[in-house]
Amino acid sequence: MKKNKIKVLMAKPGLDGHDRGAKVVAQALRDAGMEVIYTGLHQTPEQIVEAAIHEDVDVIGLSILSGAHHTLFPKIMELLRQKRVDVIVIGGGIIPQEDIPKLKQLGIAKIFTPGTPMEDTVKFIKEKLKNKIKSV
Amino acid sequence: MLRKTLERVPEQYEEFQTLSGIPVERLFLPEQKDYLYDLGFPGEYPYIRGVHATGYRGRLWTMRQYAGYGTAKDTNQRYKYLLKQGQTGLSVAFDLPTQLGYDSDHPLADGEVGKVGAAIDSLQDMEILFSGIPLDKVTTSMTINAPANVLLAMYISVAAKQGIAQQKLGGTVQNDIFKEYVARGNYIFPPEPSIRLVTEIFEYCAKNMQKWNSISISGYHMREAGSTAVQEVAFTLANGAAYIEAALQRGLGIDQFAPRVSFFFNSHMDLFEEIAKFRAARRMWARIMRERYEAKDPRSWMLRFHTQTAGCSLTAQQPENNIARATLEALAAVLGGTQSLHTNSYDEAYATPTEKAVQIALRTQQIIGYESEVVNTIDPLAGSYFVEWLTDEIEEQAMKYIEQIQSMGMGEYPMLRGVINGIESGFFQKEISGAAYRYQQQVDNGDRIVVGVNKFKIEEEDFEKTLRIDEVTQSAQVESLKKLRKNRDNKKVHDALEQLRKAAEGNENLMYPMIKCAGAYATIGEICDIMRLVFGEYKERTEF
Repeated sequence: MKKNKIKVLMAKPGLDGHDRGAKVVAQALRDAGMEVIYTGLHQTPEQIVEAAIHEDVDVIGLSILSGAHHTLFPKIMELLRQKRVDVIVIGGGIIPQEDIPKLKQLGIAKIFTPGTPMEDTVKFIKEKLKNKIKSV
Repeated sequence: MLRKTLERVPEQYEEFQTLSGIPVERLFLPEQKDYLYDLGFPGEYPYIRGVHATGYRGRLWTMRQYAGYGTAKDTNQRYKYLLKQGQTGLSVAFDLPTQLGYDSDHPLADGEVGKVGAAIDSLQDMEILFSGIPLDKVTTSMTINAPANVLLAMYISVAAKQGIAQQKLGGTVQNDIFKEYVARGNYIFPPEPSIRLVTEIFEYCAKNMQKWNSISISGYHMREAGSTAVQEVAFTLANGAAYIEAALQRGLGIDQFAPRVSFFFNSHMDLFEEIAKFRAARRMWARIMRERYEAKDPRSWMLRFHTQTAGCSLTAQQPENNIARATLEALAAVLGGTQSLHTNSYDEAYATPTEKAVQIALRTQQIIGYESEVVNTIDPLAGSYFVEWLTDEIEEQAMKYIEQIQSMGMGEYPMLRGVINGIESGFFQKEISGAAYRYQQQVDNGDRIVVGVNKFKIEEEDFEKTLRIDEVTQSAQVESLKKLRKNRDNKKVHDALEQLRKAAEGNENLMYPMIKCAGAYATIGEICDIMRLVFGEYKERTEF
């Protein structure tokens, strides 16, 4: 059975307090008709995965600007695998180009780097979920 | 004449706007002004023309690059490099676990140790951070807020070990918790106990450290979070007024602490808007302090500020272009009369800057200071029809916001209550994230041009010359922390922490027991855990 609305968890793993990007993308996704939940700052991988399960989201958006993506993204992906959560994970923030292939190997669908138009993220999510969601 | 020109070459937009969206006319004409009331002279009330009577003719601004990464030893080397390159003041960047009061081996610190700043767990790391740097010869700014008291206590202790009395120390502790709730996100405790900690630093510095700036009230991070120039000034000065009221509530005399209150602003891409913003902020603060809070000491009226160029204006695309951006932004800060300046490095959309990138950033300031000749006369844009109009406009719009914030509070200290209510209700956060979203929409639909991002794009080469903080940093830091815990006098640590707990439960100024904790090599995590126990932790609203 297809769902009506895409549900997104916008998450801030780690300790960095920069959530301008997360909040701007959250507003863009909401204006594109998605339901968006924002975790707030300073979330552990466990808290993020718990929230994703609890809210039954289709997408998790991870935003990180401190450089801790190498430690935190693998932990989140591992927890999702252990708990068999079927979800699309995307990422954004200050992430050097050379790190992106490694993150994709972990199963992260896409990393959006600075300068990405908001529409690109909206399109990417809708394209990925076109078989799962009715209204897309 | 005009009509003919417009027919031949129509204007590019229906309405022209500043970066923050203030409509700008084609041409500005002289306005009636009461020169002495509206402008006055440099070094005199209302200080719109600057806080020094001779501007930069006596001394240039302090060139102060915010720096820190890896271990205390890595950062100490970077400081020595910067001082050798002609930098005139230090500015410490701490890593996130330090800023949030966690030791490097705390589970939440995993992956964050030594990133975005130096890892400091105890006095031992602070000793290494400043080794070979005589603290009576440099001034040091520390970007530390929730645990500001702990780091200040450690700094005083390092100086004591170097044989330097605290009265001689010059520098700044950021100590601005309100903007952490509003925009920067590095808070630990709820507002009430946090305000106690802030005003305890005011009180301690008034008594013991007369050359030290006890706060740096910051608009910088609100602007980075997407605020407009008007919001930046309005929210910063509102926070400033709230701190003044908090200190008065604690029983401090206004002229005891207000002369050591300093500010920190962003300098963004709109040259004239930024210059007008700095000028407006100076006049507004002078009037607030003199007329509203009846401060008598002229030093209490002066808005002295540090400036950093806008990190959010840096682009990952064609990163070398960021050198031009930092130049324009730094020029605005200088023409606006800043007391100290940090210029961002061109590679910071990718990572912590390399030595080479930092050198170019510092050279940019030196070129403005020594080659451009803009420093020869004071407040050179004064009297520009446009700049004076824009200064008035920013002041008027910002005052409206300040009145609105005041109306959200009540009682004897309405600005203090208004700001706390504004934080807890999410007012500031929503105003700012709304402005950030509108700006991004303008960029995405092409109404705003960002060179290399939505116009003049090229096929990019991989940008790889970034500074990497390796995993060894974290394991080395954790190793030395474990050693410290084993080798120190743990009875002394325990007693000092116990004294701190008792003081926190009462009303005593915590700076005194904290200096004892620092001296006993208690860690930042241990000290903050005591306060977490007594004060609780802050939980933010997660609306956007």
